[in-house]
Amino acid sequence: MNRSKKILFAPICAQNPIAVQILGICSALAVTAKLETVAVMALTVTLVTALSNVSVSLIRHHISPSIRIIAQMTIIASLVIVADELIKAFSFEMSKQLSVYVGLIITNCIIMGRTESFAMKHGVFESFLDGIGNGIGYSLVLFFVGVFRELLGSGSLFGQQILPLIGEGGWYQPNGLMQLSPSAFFLIGFFIWGLQILKSKNIVRDSYD
Amino acid sequence: MIEHYLSLFIKAVFIENIALSFFLGMCTFLAISKRTDTAIRLGMAVTVVQAITIPANNLISQYLLRDGALAWAGLPNVDLSFLTLVSYIGVIAAIVQILEMVLDKYFSGLYNALGVFLPLITVNCAILGGSLFMRQRAYNFGESVVYGIGSGLGWALAIAALAGIREKLKYSDVPEGLQGLGITFMTVGLLALGFLLFSGIQL
Repeated sequence: MNRSKKILFAPICAQNPIAVQILGICSALAVTAKLETVAVMALTVTLVTALSNVSVSLIRHHISPSIRIIAQMTIIASLVIVADELIKAFSFEMSKQLSVYVGLIITNCIIMGRTESFAMKHGVFESFLDGIGNGIGYSLVLFFVGVFRELLGSGSLFGQQILPLIGEGGWYQPNGLMQLSPSAFFLIGFFIWGLQILKSKNIVRDSYD
Repeated sequence: MIEHYLSLFIKAVFIENIALSFFLGMCTFLAISKRTDTAIRLGMAVTVVQAITIPANNLISQYLLRDGALAWAGLPNVDLSFLTLVSYIGVIAAIVQILEMVLDKYFSGLYNALGVFLPLITVNCAILGGSLFMRQRAYNFGESVVYGIGSGLGWALAIAALAGIREKLKYSDVPEGLQGLGITFMTVGLLALGFLLFSGIQL
C-alpha cells in the first residue's frame, strides 16, 4: 500500500513532470490564459496518460523492443483521437479554443516519457497510479499558472468576475501582459523557484558542460 | 503572388514565431540550448524536416483524408479526416527515418553534424504543430512549402538566440534556486516579450 501511495504522490511535487522533469511544457504554456481551457486540458492529459500507461503495461511482454516506440505512439495517438472527438462532440466551442493543442497531446513528452520509462517495466495497477499521479502533477502547475493569468489578466476565475474592472465601474485595472504569452514563462519560472526553495537541499543545477 | 508568399514567410518567421508565440517544441528548446553550435545544428535539422513534412502532410490531407478527397478513387462520400493525427505522426516518423538514411548515405558531413538530433525531432511538437496549423489554416501546396521553411527558420532563430544568451549567462550571478531551469524560463519570457513587438507589423 505504501508503495502505491509513493507512486501516486511522488510526481505531484518531488518528481513534478513540468517543474522537475521538464516534460510537456508546450501545452502548459499555451492553454493557461483561461481556467476553463486549463480544466479541460488537465482532465484530458490525466486520462490519456493513465490509459496509455495501462495499455502499454498490458502488452509490455508482447512488444519487441525494436518497434516499441511505434507501438506506444499508435496507442497514444488513438487515445488522443478519441479524446479529440469527444471534446468536439460535447463542447465544440472549447475544441475551437484549444485549437491544435489537443492534437499536440500526442507529442506531449509526459505521456511518451511515462510509457517508456515506467509502464514498460511495471504492472498494470502501478502504471495506472503513475499515470494519474503524473497527470495531477501536470494539472497542478497548469492551474497555478492559469489562476494567476486569468485573475490578473481579466479579473475573473472560470469566467466569473472576481475583481470588478475599471471599464465596468469597478476598481481593477487588468494587466494585459498576463493574457499574452510571455507571462506564462515568468510564472513557471517563479513556480520552479518556489519549488526549489522548498526543497533547497537538492537543487537541480545546470552542469553547463 | 510573390508578395503574398513573402508576407506569409515573414509572418511565419517573426510574427507568428512557432517557438516564442505558440510555445511549440519547448522541451527540446529548453534542453538543447546550452551551446550555440549544437543549437544551430538542431535548428537546421528542424528547418529541413519542417520544409519536407508540412508539404507532404498537405498532399496527404488533400488527396487522401479530406472530406470527399478520395473522389479520384471513385469514393466521393468517404471522409477519413478523423485519421489525421495518426497519419501525420506516422508521416513525420517515416520522413525523419528516411531523411536519416539518405543523409547517412549521401551527405555524411551533414549527417555527422546533426548526429543524435535527427531522431529526436520525431517527438518535437513544433513539427506536428506546424502540420496541424497548416491544416487549420487550409494552406494550399505552395503556401505550405513557404510556411514549412518559414516556421522552421523561425524556430532555428529562436533557439540560436536563446543559446547565445545562455552562454553569456554562465558568467552572471544568478540567485540560488533560480539557477538552471528557473532563469532559463525567465530568459525565454523576455525573448518572447521581444518577439511580441513584431506583432504590430501589418503585412
